[in-house]
Amino acid sequence: MFDTLSDRFDGIFKKLRGKGRLTDSDVDEVLREIRTALLEADVNVTVARRVVDRIRDQAIGAKLSQALDPSQQVIKIVSNELTNILGGQTLKITYASRPPTVVLMAGLQGSGKTTNSAKLARWFKSQGRQPLLVGADLQRPAAVEQLRVLGRQIDVPVFSEPGDPVTTAARGLAEARRLGRDVLIVDTAGRLAIDADMMLQVRQISEAIEPNYTFLVIDAMTGQDAVSVAEAFHETLAIDGVILSKLDGDARGGAALSVKEVIGRPIAFASTGEKLDAFEQFHPDRMAGRILGMGDVLTLIEQAEQAFEKDSAAEAAQRMMEGEFTLDDFLDQMQQLKKMGPLSGLLGMMPGMPKELKGAKIDDDDLKPVEAIIRAMTPQERRKPEIINGSRRNRIAAGSGTSVGEINRLVKQFSEMQKMMKRMGGMTMGKKGKKKMPGGLGALKGAMPGGFPGGAPDGMPAGFPDMPFNKR
Amino acid sequence: MPSIYLILIAVVIVFGVGVLLVSRRRGMGTSATPTALQPVVDKVPVRQSVSALVVETDAGIEAEPAAALDIEAGSEAGSEAGVEVFERPRFRDRMSKSRAALVGVFTGVRGRVGVTNETWDDLEEALLRADVGVRVTDELLTGLRARVKSKEIADPDALLTALQADMITRLSANERALRFEPGEPGEPNVWLFVGVNGVGKTTTIGKVGAQQRQLGRTVLMAAGDTFRAAAAEQLGTWAQRSGSELVRGSEGGDPSAVIFDGIQAASARHIDLVLADTAGRLHNKTNLMEELRKVRRVASKGSGRVTEVLLVIDATTGQNGLAQARQFGEATEVTGVVLTKLDGSAKGGIVFAIETELGLPVKLVGLGETIGDLVEFDPTEFIEALFSE
Repeated sequence: MFDTLSDRFDGIFKKLRGKGRLTDSDVDEVLREIRTALLEADVNVTVARRVVDRIRDQAIGAKLSQALDPSQQVIKIVSNELTNILGGQTLKITYASRPPTVVLMAGLQGSGKTTNSAKLARWFKSQGRQPLLVGADLQRPAAVEQLRVLGRQIDVPVFSEPGDPVTTAARGLAEARRLGRDVLIVDTAGRLAIDADMMLQVRQISEAIEPNYTFLVIDAMTGQDAVSVAEAFHETLAIDGVILSKLDGDARGGAALSVKEVIGRPIAFASTGEKLDAFEQFHPDRMAGRILGMGDVLTLIEQAEQAFEKDSAAEAAQRMMEGEFTLDDFLDQMQQLKKMGPLSGLLGMMPGMPKELKGAKIDDDDLKPVEAIIRAMTPQERRKPEIINGSRRNRIAAGSGTSVGEINRLVKQFSEMQKMMKRMGGMTMGKKGKKKMPGGLGALKGAMPGGFPGGAPDGMPAGFPDMPFNKR
Repeated sequence: MPSIYLILIAVVIVFGVGVLLVSRRRGMGTSATPTALQPVVDKVPVRQSVSALVVETDAGIEAEPAAALDIEAGSEAGSEAGVEVFERPRFRDRMSKSRAALVGVFTGVRGRVGVTNETWDDLEEALLRADVGVRVTDELLTGLRARVKSKEIADPDALLTALQADMITRLSANERALRFEPGEPGEPNVWLFVGVNGVGKTTTIGKVGAQQRQLGRTVLMAAGDTFRAAAAEQLGTWAQRSGSELVRGSEGGDPSAVIFDGIQAASARHIDLVLADTAGRLHNKTNLMEELRKVRRVASKGSGRVTEVLLVIDATTGQNGLAQARQFGEATEVTGVVLTKLDGSAKGGIVFAIETELGLPVKLVGLGETIGDLVEFDPTEFIEALFSE
């Protein structure tokens, strides 16, 4: 796992404490860390250099305020810069006055063109349009068949015919006019940007159908090569927007930044899952945080919304505020949490997690003893762990195959935890919103070994949602 | 409303993991460490019933009737097609098609008198551009810096030569030949292909199948990608082209079952080799990785022997490739890597990290679209192609 940028900065700024003013060499050191973070996120070398130069200007120009934590200030500058690059103008679809609105999909092999053609068709449909899909990938075996199956799933007709992709595309356009479909999406074969023949072919397709929008599909896991790919396709086709695919992986997605910076066209959509509805308009602010490895809170919440059962989550949270969160609740929520993926991954996405947790090598199996202990308790014991006396302890230890000491620790931690939650609940029943979350999380400190350095959530200037407890 | 999820997650993690860490920190001797606990915990009734369930499912798969699967024999014409002989492409020819070649950088380095700061910057940039990654780049250059300082290396040419040598050394330790162990008739070798979406698993199987047919082995392809629409059709086309047999299940069916049945069918017909396809999956999807674990388990329960588990990685992949290799390796005991699409402008430098950090050898590379373009990985040729002018 990568160190987050804020962790690295913490190290640098610790040395600077008391200096009050950044020297040039301090700034250099900070910038080097920023560069490394960008490179590890697969931002292109040249792009990373440009970004770092711009940040240098801002960081030197900006007077660091004494009151604020300098590392947070720098992170804010960096994050804002990335958000600016990624965002800028957004793509708003203007439909052709004479339908159909023609969309051409292009990209490397395996970037996800066929799947995203279908996803895009589904999106247009949700906008009240009637799309027609054209399968002009006659290269890959069964690509057209794949598109047809997807078309059936979203109830969108698919046109294709064997032979020549350019003719197929042109005939598809005629077909759309004949059927009165108002959006045409043409899927093309994957091609290498250096394959002159294939690039010529896609240009011919483009000339034949004169697309209103040409989308380049880029895999979020792409490395340094993203830039040359984007440049080559842009040169050949004049790209209007980018579709970032496989964003549900754990790649930090620096390719998005590289491509946006190099061709200057917006990232229009992001594909966030295998299901055909996992397709959304792109959020630059979230991406900035992700590239910097600062935790992607919104994505985390979205995943949680899918994994947790809403009612039980709400109830558990309610009980938590009231200090009535039981071990049963814990077990229950733990099961749901597991659906979200490996804990180590979640820890990476959680902002403000203590270093002890982030750095810990956690295997999900490691939590099994904890689970075993709770499961070895009676329902009454789970509700009121304080009734656990010596003989109950022995029974639980035997039943869970653990030791009495472990049960003691669990019970003790849980009671500390409960106190903490009660306090948190008390605070958040009050007013004030924004500042509460860090404080609230920070309040968990006592329950944690080695303390809980709060404040890191402040490192999420962009993309960090309002998270007052009282916003329901 | 959304914030409650965060709080719940925080609570569960902080508490659950907190307990764990405290236990670890206390270093409570053997009985308190989670790993040592494992066997004991398994005796808990609840756990036992869970594991019993898993076994049951597996047994259920094996019992699933093979009748549900179509077995398609490759066309007779196809079987004859395998005799075509391909000339092995050279790494240099295919890789130097690249526009974004590193060549310019190396020429720049050579053009300087002596080794300057710019030299180091150039080398760093070249390596990073090839997706070698910050860490490996630092390691490579730190070693060289020391040697330049001690005057062991004096001029740019020697420096470049030393860098190449270091890079080759990094890749030299591994055995790269595909493992095929001839067994009794009815005991096929099984090669399983895994990887994230869109890297070229199905295409690779098609090419490997065709090559193995040329070597005179009989091949059966098992269409374990039951998720992606028309994946089985795609594999079917390859089976036909190469004169291999195909076993497929229904779309959305259980991949373990399809692969298991493929192995059994191959065993019954005394076929030498089973190439098992799996659906592309992102390595951070727990449920899908669980499914793959099961595929791996079930595959070794059949009458064949799993002799290769090949992770297919796209050469355009950046630093995420390491995470892919780690997760897939952990889930399926990967034995080697297939690096595809190296004929594009991407350099595939992530293999340095994969080989040195995880010890996974790159066994095959894709240097083009034709069957003969999938070749055994040759580190020396690979590095020379990176540096060639």
